[in-house]
Amino acid sequence: MHISPVLWQFLVKWLNASALFPAEASTIAPYTDALYFFLLLITVLGLVLVGVLVFGFSIRYRKEKHPVAIPVEGSTLLEATWTIIPLALFLIVFVWGALLYFRIYNPPTNAMNIYVVGKQWMWKAEHPGGQHEINALHVPMGRPVQLTMISQDVFHSFSIPDFRVKREVIPGRYSTVWFEATTPGTYHIFCTQYCGTQHSGMIGEVTVLSPDDYEKWTQESTSGMSLAQNGERLFASMGCNACHSGNAAARGPNLAGVYGSKLQLTNGSEVLVNDAYLRDAILNPSQHVTAGFAPIMPTYQGQISEDGLIDLVEYIKSLQSNHRVQQTLTTSQSNQAAPTTPGVKP
Amino acid sequence: MSATHTIINLPDQRTATLPKRNYINAEDGLLSWLLTGDHKRIAILYLISITFFFFIGGAFAGLIRLELLTPQPDLVASDTYNKFFSMHGIIMIFLFLVPSVPATLGNFLMPIMLGAKDLAFPKINLLSWYLYMIGGIFTLAALVLGGVDTGWTFTTPLSTHYLNTHVVTTATAIFVAGFSSIFTGLNFIVTIHRMRAPGMTWFRMPLFVWSHYAASILMVLGTPVLAISIVLVALERTIGIGVFDPTKGGDPLLFQHLFWFYSHPAVYIMILPGMGVISEVISTFSRKRVFGYTAVAFSSVAIALFGFFVWAHHMFIMGVSNYSALVFSLLTMLVAVPSAIKIFNWAFTLQKGSITFETPMLYAFGFLGLFTIGGMTGVFLGALGMDIHLTETYFIVAHFHFVMVGGMLMAFLAGIHFWWPKMTGRMYPESLSKLAAVTTFIGFNLTFLPQFILGYLGMPRRYHAYPPEFQVLNVLSTAGATVLGVGYMLPLLYLGWSLKYGAIAGNNPWQATGLEWQIQSPPLTENFIETPIVDHEAYDYEWLAHKTEQEVTTVG
Amino acid sequence: MALPQHRHHFETPEQQREAGTFGMWLFLLTEIMFFGGLFFAYLLYRNWYHDAFVVASNQLSIPLGATNTAVLIGSGFFMALGVWAAEVKKKGLLVLFLILTTVLGCVFLGVKYVEYHEKWEKHHIPGAHFDVSEFVNPHAYGLKEQPLAPDMAQKTQVFFSLYFAMTGMHALHMIIGIVLLFWLTWRAHRGEFSSGYVAPIENFGLYWHFVDIVWLFLFPLLYLINRHPGA
Repeated sequence: MHISPVLWQFLVKWLNASALFPAEASTIAPYTDALYFFLLLITVLGLVLVGVLVFGFSIRYRKEKHPVAIPVEGSTLLEATWTIIPLALFLIVFVWGALLYFRIYNPPTNAMNIYVVGKQWMWKAEHPGGQHEINALHVPMGRPVQLTMISQDVFHSFSIPDFRVKREVIPGRYSTVWFEATTPGTYHIFCTQYCGTQHSGMIGEVTVLSPDDYEKWTQESTSGMSLAQNGERLFASMGCNACHSGNAAARGPNLAGVYGSKLQLTNGSEVLVNDAYLRDAILNPSQHVTAGFAPIMPTYQGQISEDGLIDLVEYIKSLQSNHRVQQTLTTSQSNQAAPTTPGVKP
Repeated sequence: MSATHTIINLPDQRTATLPKRNYINAEDGLLSWLLTGDHKRIAILYLISITFFFFIGGAFAGLIRLELLTPQPDLVASDTYNKFFSMHGIIMIFLFLVPSVPATLGNFLMPIMLGAKDLAFPKINLLSWYLYMIGGIFTLAALVLGGVDTGWTFTTPLSTHYLNTHVVTTATAIFVAGFSSIFTGLNFIVTIHRMRAPGMTWFRMPLFVWSHYAASILMVLGTPVLAISIVLVALERTIGIGVFDPTKGGDPLLFQHLFWFYSHPAVYIMILPGMGVISEVISTFSRKRVFGYTAVAFSSVAIALFGFFVWAHHMFIMGVSNYSALVFSLLTMLVAVPSAIKIFNWAFTLQKGSITFETPMLYAFGFLGLFTIGGMTGVFLGALGMDIHLTETYFIVAHFHFVMVGGMLMAFLAGIHFWWPKMTGRMYPESLSKLAAVTTFIGFNLTFLPQFILGYLGMPRRYHAYPPEFQVLNVLSTAGATVLGVGYMLPLLYLGWSLKYGAIAGNNPWQATGLEWQIQSPPLTENFIETPIVDHEAYDYEWLAHKTEQEVTTVG
Repeated sequence: MALPQHRHHFETPEQQREAGTFGMWLFLLTEIMFFGGLFFAYLLYRNWYHDAFVVASNQLSIPLGATNTAVLIGSGFFMALGVWAAEVKKKGLLVLFLILTTVLGCVFLGVKYVEYHEKWEKHHIPGAHFDVSEFVNPHAYGLKEQPLAPDMAQKTQVFFSLYFAMTGMHALHMIIGIVLLFWLTWRAHRGEFSSGYVAPIENFGLYWHFVDIVWLFLFPLLYLINRHPGA
């Protein structure tokens, strides 16, 4: 920061202690605060200027002291001044704000990913290792964390004020936000988009742990199956492995290593295979047909929850070879061939 | 009688009476009011109805602040609280702020300011009022039947598929009220284009008219898009047309675009007429022409024009593309500039003037300060990265209350007090009104300044309960709201009192220059005995002085 | 010469006439904005779900749509003749042309009813009963279309949503116009427009032509997506 550390200390830490300013708990927070203080400064200056003009003129030219008004038409110079200076200041703010925006919404490539599903009226966080949290989020400090979020019903918005990050959580598509926490502690999570009855109850806590504590936490809170493992189970039980078996003559494209690659579609366009693409391809397959394949994939809209989709996406992301796909295919086939136990419904 | 500290010039109260014939006593009976074509009577009808809805909306505000005294959701159930802020927003925006200045002061004054006998379409003017009343009655019906809890923004898919309240009734109410607004704007535009008196060129019109012209353009072009958005929401709720439903292939973000395409210009519909009032008041109480008349006139039109191109700044975090976020942020910065130009022009109107501090001027000063803060905090929100932290929090709530209440409502009160003598023939009690103005100003700041701090701390808007560390600021805010409420009650009382007991005002108690001040108070139904021929600029105090001299020498 | 319809707040009848026409044009501008929202939604979804839009559009009957287009153009023609008749002060012709305009307007609505009814029978009205089987399996229904994948077939509901919203809004404007036509025909019959006062007829004519033009956009956009002759 270019301003005195003592002043910064006062502005941020002391105000925070008096419950007048949020903590700066992420790497981006000081940048946001810097822009905020600049805006506060120009607002105060502007207000003081207007105040000085208004009160100054009112007192100097009050009727007792200035009984006859002198007509003044205007001044092009003044008009230009108070057009250009505010415009310049606002444009500076525009550029600064745009840079900050791109910083906040463009994650670094090494960010670890956590999925968040919002629904009326709770937050579900799903770590790739299989840890599931409700209205809570445990993250390590000092590591960039990306949240991939989606809503199961209406618009919500995921906000961590102390990190200065917030993003709308939308039904029907993923939205992302990232942060790197700097200080251990617990901080508020709020839902900030009005979503019905319990909107103000859709709150939680993000707990920032030191890297060691975070390791400990992941060991202790896993549910046994990672998201990818659950995805593998779904991949087999929903029959995806039948077409996407990885065989040469398979009806569906090979999914090993497809994540992150550029795919040629039948309609001629080229797409980057990311989380959103995978989710969309499962729900709207006819618009995402890989070149060289027939549009025969059925849609799974309505048959699979957002959690299930996340599991599948994680699974496909992790898929490097089709070995286990083939294995589960055999299991599925033998599962279908096996006779049912008498007296038990299939 | 010229006192040195005031410009009020009343006729001798011992002999003064209201003019024998005026628009109020021209015809008797309720029907003569309900079927009138007289723009002045329609303005009074509007004044009564919007005041009624203002206090209902205000009651909801009081209930909201009462609940927020404590962090727990302990006063009412969550659903009820959600209805409080929804009804507060819907009533205040659609039934109070949008029609406030245009439908009362605009209706009353515009024809007179232009030298015309009435607006272009008196029957459509009356229809506007009936549409407004129907919209209001539907809203009351929705209220009585249990209220609506969509928020005033009707966000889909919440409003279309996830709520069981009276959404369609309220949507219908807003649809109808929207047409009231469209017809008012249409009437104003045609009147300004076609019915100016001989000699009244565009650049001789008062700035009040310019602001209403700009606001009317917004009303006419923007409101229909709100209408169609509301219709689509109603269709989705009733017969299942799924244009916004993601499960049917629709896109809920489409609703956001359509809704904000109107609702952003709507805020300029609300503020521009208020800015017109401020121009009139500041010039009168400085005794000189508004500084930079042309700049102020063009700024009004610029605000209207730019105002159409910034709507997505309400959607920066909703998944709009980076490219469009950049474009809308840049345009938002541009739309802020004309407002800044106006503030400085008004401030410099004071220079070399002869300034007095009657109640309308006090409200105007309040406007200058509070609108500066409100407008500048808009720049905070227009900055992309800043908006991420501030959006959907109490910072937004504070911002829009500063511009709409600290700005618009103060301007409305300034205008009501300024033209009260013209509309009623009576003066209000000056000391009491000054007290109300100051009370309002103090109460307002106490209510809404803490909310900026709460916003930066991260307190979300529309929250029924909140973390305990936010309580002190909320208590301050509620305390301010109480003071603010008192400040708003006072005018209701003393303005009502003045109708019977106020001093007789005479034609021109403020010694102002507009055409409306050259006719009797209250005016005749036909406004002018003969059509005025305009041969002077707006705010021409030399012309006024000359005319006054002539009257003194010829009458004597 | 002051006409009896001269309103007192206008200085001259010319001012009154100009104000009325200006007001009507301004009103039509608001109508453009009103329909504009729907056209924008249409543009968006047609771009996103082109295949579904093609198949769904092919469900609409071109003969009926074309008939309606001709009917409306004819109705507009008679309205224009009506304006002329008013200007040359021929009362009988004016009433005749207004009646013909109304009749054709009613024919339009009748045809629309037939079309809507057909949609009802085939379960193509969006909502709980919407049925996509005809799009997924067209051959079973004797149609020569290519079958749509189920997820794309679901998007036909968006097309029909827009179809009903847009043509429904248009029909509502037609109904309002027809009611106004009844009123104007009655007034014309009483001779109110036979002495030089033609503003209401002229201004209504503007409105009617506007409603006509909206249909001229709706017809190709809704009925004619990707049609091939002989298909």
